[in-house]
Amino acid sequence: MFFNFVDELRAAGIPASFKEHLVLLEALDRNVIEQTPEAFYYLSRTTFVKDEGLLDRFDQVFQKVFRGVFTEYGQQPVDIPEEWLKAIAEKYLSPEEMEKIKSLGSWDEIMETLKKRLEEQQGRHQGGNKWIGTGGTSPFGNSGYNPEGVRIGGESRHKRAVKVWEKREFQNLDNTRELGTRNIKVALRRLRRFAREGAAEELDLDATIRGTAKQGWLDIRMRPERHNAVKVLLFLDVGGSMDPHVKIVEELFSAATGEFKNLEFFYFHNCLYEGVWKDNRRRFSERTPTWDVLHKFGHDYKVIFVGDAAMSPYEVTYPGGSVEHYNEEAGAVWLERVTNTYPATVWLNPVPERQWQYTHSTRVVRDLMGGSMYPLTLDGLEDAMRELTRKKH
Amino acid sequence: MQRFEGTRNYVATDDLKVAVNAAVMLRRPLLVKGEPGTGKTVLAHEIAKATGAPLIEWNVKSTTKAHQGLYEYDAVARLRDGQLGDERVHDIGNYIKRGKLWDAFTSEQLPVLLIDEIDKADIEFPNDLLQELDRMSFDVYETGERIEAKERPIVVITSNNEKELPDAFLRRCFFHYIKFPDRETMQAIIDVHFPDIQKTLVSRAMDIFYEVREVPGLKKKPSTSELLDWLKLLLNEDMPLEVLQDRDTSSAIPPLHGALLKNEQDIMLFERLAFMSRRQGG
Repeated sequence: MFFNFVDELRAAGIPASFKEHLVLLEALDRNVIEQTPEAFYYLSRTTFVKDEGLLDRFDQVFQKVFRGVFTEYGQQPVDIPEEWLKAIAEKYLSPEEMEKIKSLGSWDEIMETLKKRLEEQQGRHQGGNKWIGTGGTSPFGNSGYNPEGVRIGGESRHKRAVKVWEKREFQNLDNTRELGTRNIKVALRRLRRFAREGAAEELDLDATIRGTAKQGWLDIRMRPERHNAVKVLLFLDVGGSMDPHVKIVEELFSAATGEFKNLEFFYFHNCLYEGVWKDNRRRFSERTPTWDVLHKFGHDYKVIFVGDAAMSPYEVTYPGGSVEHYNEEAGAVWLERVTNTYPATVWLNPVPERQWQYTHSTRVVRDLMGGSMYPLTLDGLEDAMRELTRKKH
Repeated sequence: MQRFEGTRNYVATDDLKVAVNAAVMLRRPLLVKGEPGTGKTVLAHEIAKATGAPLIEWNVKSTTKAHQGLYEYDAVARLRDGQLGDERVHDIGNYIKRGKLWDAFTSEQLPVLLIDEIDKADIEFPNDLLQELDRMSFDVYETGERIEAKERPIVVITSNNEKELPDAFLRRCFFHYIKFPDRETMQAIIDVHFPDIQKTLVSRAMDIFYEVREVPGLKKKPSTSELLDWLKLLLNEDMPLEVLQDRDTSSAIPPLHGALLKNEQDIMLFERLAFMSRRQGG
């Protein structure tokens, strides 16, 4: 019973297992639900889906398996039949708008554009419900398509009432995250080095037994708790080209603050120069000289830069190249000073690795880092942490 | 056992009812996630009330260890008693403190066990509880005792999504995501909490509330509990309806906004928006 349901779920990337299948059968057997399709949908959802990010996919699979409507998840929905597009356009554009569009170009052209727009939107799977043309820039009017509207294969084709799972209410939550906070934490754990420091608060049982045997009376020995003794300096690039990566960097940062007791962070813009800051709102008034940072924190700190390293090459290699102020010494000089002071230094880059070669400044920075530039993905993070632990200091 | 249908104080959607009933009947843990303030913890209280079961609450903190839910052995107290020659020292059972899971397993009446905010603890915490939640039994090594649940308790686990939970743990649970209530459900929730509130006030307040939630870039969107607090404040202050009604140009910040916006960045964002709308309007 429903074997292909489980298969389809797995094919769509929902980690459904045999165990959950048995649970579902048991629940059906024990009459947990009334026998309605909605109740069955809710029951199978609560059994199989354990992550709100997968709810939308589940809705699609459910629809496919139990209704025989074709929407394939994961694959790029490349071929959108033309009549569907026409139906959509007709449904969502008023006759006047259609006329206006037709005056803009041929029907085929418009269809081509709409098709592209649709593919783009589906491929991106963005959180919001802004669809085609809400910004008023597209020829498709300002009526504002919404995800339900362009639910290809939905009510517009079949002219029947919308079922719960067809509403796709959880679409906003579907994000194919590469990095979650948990993943980041697990990766950062590689950096752990435990040491006992601080106040003696924990009972040292072995020492107590030894002491008691030696002294002849109860000799309670205490010792400090074990703490993660790794020290980390984090330099974060803010503003400009980094804005699209803010979310991922925030996640990394929140994971890092939870994981390390000795964590110091500073902000910079594009490239490191003579000043860094801790509060982005007061970046011009409250700067910390980079020399002070280099002098204050010992050589055993591990340094992590986070930035896209995408800038004009002059910003790295020439004095006065900074876009914000006149820097007396080139950014490259400062980066070299950091790598000389802290042998364990890596650069994490949120831009995908294959794009690095196209940016001159990225290559320059990677060379300055001695090749230690890693993409901000789970694998990259693992490699970076391994690199940091490998270097003794 | 009768089905869970929500209670007088708690509006349960259909999907939530199915999830709760499945968890109650098959006695598997129910994992509840959702935005803060959508009533995750309250759900456990209401299940307990609806089924007439006692509620055992285990509030998890960042320092909570899994074994603290089972029992703790106070070795230092025993050492001290041994030194003082106290009679109690001969019975190791005197130094074993029961945890919440132990209480739940041995409770006279079938209890509801709430493990609140499981994601607060260390990431290994859920893994350490797998065995116990699965078999509903554990061993006390100090006394060689085995604690077994007479009847599997109803377990409700809440998570705020601060950490992801391990797969093996998830496989054993039913899952429900409390999505943010739509207007209809929200109306039902407000009716339950403020039975004799003015209808126009509610509808205007809800307009503002959903508008606030729509503002892009908010750090913390206001949720159900904040709307309820805000309504309570509005009622308490006896805010005249007009204040809510004519706020088109005068200010974009809702009155008593402190109940809705909990973050100074969000308030600043609103002040900026208000300034801009004033400029456009005037």
